[in-house]
Amino acid sequence: MHDASTHESVFDGKRRARLDEIMKRYPTKQAALLPALWMVQEAHGWVSDQAMAEVADVLELTPAYVKGVVTFYTMYHQHPVGKYFIQVCTTTPCNICGAEGVVEAFLQHTGCGELGATSKDGRYTVVEVECLGACGFATPVLVNDDFIENVTSETVPDLLERYR
Amino acid sequence: MGYPHKPHPRETLVLSEHFGDSDARTYDGWVKRGGYRALEQALGMEPQAVIDEVKASGLRGRGGAGFPAGVKWDFMPKQKSKRHYLCCNADESEPGTFKDREIMRWTPHALIEGCAIAAHAIRAEVVYVYIRGEFTEAIAVMQQALDEAYAKGVLGRKALGSGTSIDMYIHRGAGAYICGEETALMNSIEGKRGNPRIRPPFPAAVGVFGMPTTINNVETLGSVPHIMTRGAEWYKSLSLSSPKSTGTKLMSVCGHVARPGNFEITMGFPMKDLIYDLCGGMSPGRTLKAVIPGGSSVPVLDREEAENCVLDYEGCVAAGTMLGSGGMIVFDDTADMVYQMMRIAKFYAHESCAQCTQCREGTAWTVRILQKILSGRGEMQDLDLLLDVGEMMTGKTICVLSDSCAAPVGSAVQKFRGEFEAYIKGARQPAVALV
Ligand SMILES: Cc1cc2nc3c(=O)[nH]c(=O)nc-3n(C[C@H](O)[C@H](O)[C@H](O)COP(=O)(O)O)c2cc1C
Ligand code: SF4
Ligand code: FES
Repeated sequence: MHDASTHESVFDGKRRARLDEIMKRYPTKQAALLPALWMVQEAHGWVSDQAMAEVADVLELTPAYVKGVVTFYTMYHQHPVGKYFIQVCTTTPCNICGAEGVVEAFLQHTGCGELGATSKDGRYTVVEVECLGACGFATPVLVNDDFIENVTSETVPDLLERYR
Repeated sequence: MGYPHKPHPRETLVLSEHFGDSDARTYDGWVKRGGYRALEQALGMEPQAVIDEVKASGLRGRGGAGFPAGVKWDFMPKQKSKRHYLCCNADESEPGTFKDREIMRWTPHALIEGCAIAAHAIRAEVVYVYIRGEFTEAIAVMQQALDEAYAKGVLGRKALGSGTSIDMYIHRGAGAYICGEETALMNSIEGKRGNPRIRPPFPAAVGVFGMPTTINNVETLGSVPHIMTRGAEWYKSLSLSSPKSTGTKLMSVCGHVARPGNFEITMGFPMKDLIYDLCGGMSPGRTLKAVIPGGSSVPVLDREEAENCVLDYEGCVAAGTMLGSGGMIVFDDTADMVYQMMRIAKFYAHESCAQCTQCREGTAWTVRILQKILSGRGEMQDLDLLLDVGEMMTGKTICVLSDSCAAPVGSAVQKFRGEFEAYIKGARQPAVALV
């Protein structure tokens, strides 16, 4: 695993300046926690224990407190994930429009095999998520930051062509 | 322009007039369409006069509970001894609901304008727009509009050159339905886990950072500029039914209809016409089975109830359900109500913040019992057990997430009992393997 010596610090230079700017929006330092964790994930792709410790240090919190917050929110990755992180909605409105078939198609065409696992080539991770707030465009899928609507099991292979 | 369809002649386009028209996203485009006149007008008024106008319009909260917006604003302290805050709830995560995203994507300045007017009315100098983390496009569009609004002097120290100072920031969520609950949302802004708080104290007394706070939904705030420029009387006249339900409502319709999407109707519009006319009805050969009209948190209606339901707050209550957020989930005769109730319960079990025993255990047990029935191992008494568990989950917890799981499931057990019994009696093939 990663130890402290290999942790590449996130809040140096430009990023530190950006975080300082964000902190001015709130009356407490603690309130900058969610934005700071987003910055970590942007920089490293996930949020490691070392990164949590760094965030704790910058915002004058304890690492345990930061971990408690990280684990509450599903969008912060606590492990490295594939280059393309694919989130498929399978909640009821999408479910009745064929979302489970979309998940199957992603698992098959990415070679991930099972939910949450990263494909052998490190390219893809597929997860099921709850309602993405686009239920009239079933099935919506997030590939990293790209929000894609109206995905069907048939359109999955073409869609994946864009993410090689 | 409607989105993703051309507007239907029976829609009343107020909030959605510019959906699909990307020019309206820019500051110049917005001003060309009459934008920011309402804010200018409001900033020239006493805060109380703005509150009174919104009160007179009858505008009610579009986030789910339907609480009158002006009345909520009036709860804010009049003698200002502390900082006041406005939080705009853009967490939109209620299954079936996808209207706020469209408001932010197409008319970001309408939301900024509505927030600024509300901030002036409640004397808040800071507005946090809490947008769910998955709405990457809405966040980008809103951020760009905010940057423009600052550059043009709409926001900042002297908003539109007035004596009022309004700062507005986006706070990005990170994946948690519960953060749409207003007190959980405030905790999330403060950098905490999104656990709802016990009330009282209410947010108008002790809100975000311990200061007086108002929380409103995107659609609620987006309606405010129109009320300012066209007046409370005009807004009140937009109703086909009860004087307690005024204005237009964006109905998100999804599931088994030919044309899913957002449709803007006046309060009191018949649900039947929305489904069969505006949404084009079911696919050929299919028939309507059920509707959950207010996002997944409300009781389900069977076909007859749905076809007779009037879409406003009172009409939905009369039909035995609630208008909620206006996220309508439509099921045709192919839908497996038992399986879909299990999927809904799974949503709530996943999203429970787990503070309250009734909610944490109740949502998990509801899923387990439904899975047992779906696996073909259910017994008749499981149906009573489901209703019992639902009763234990209702009216007993810190927030209503727990009630929100019990409502659709309990009503489905009552109205579609035959489908549950079919699994129990072995008349239907198991739909899930035994867990
Ligand atoms: C579990 C739960 C989730 C909620 N999610 C949302 C949401 O995503 N958006 C929203 O506007 N209101 C949501 N609400 C309602 C808010 O608590 C609050 O009533 C609303 O934002 C107030 O705004 P309004 O008066 O303008 O409707 C939720 C409530 C609960 C209990
Ligand atoms: S009802 Fe459920 S979600 Fe609401 S506070 Fe209690 S445990 Fe949390
Ligand atoms: S249920 Fe899939 S986006 Fe809402």
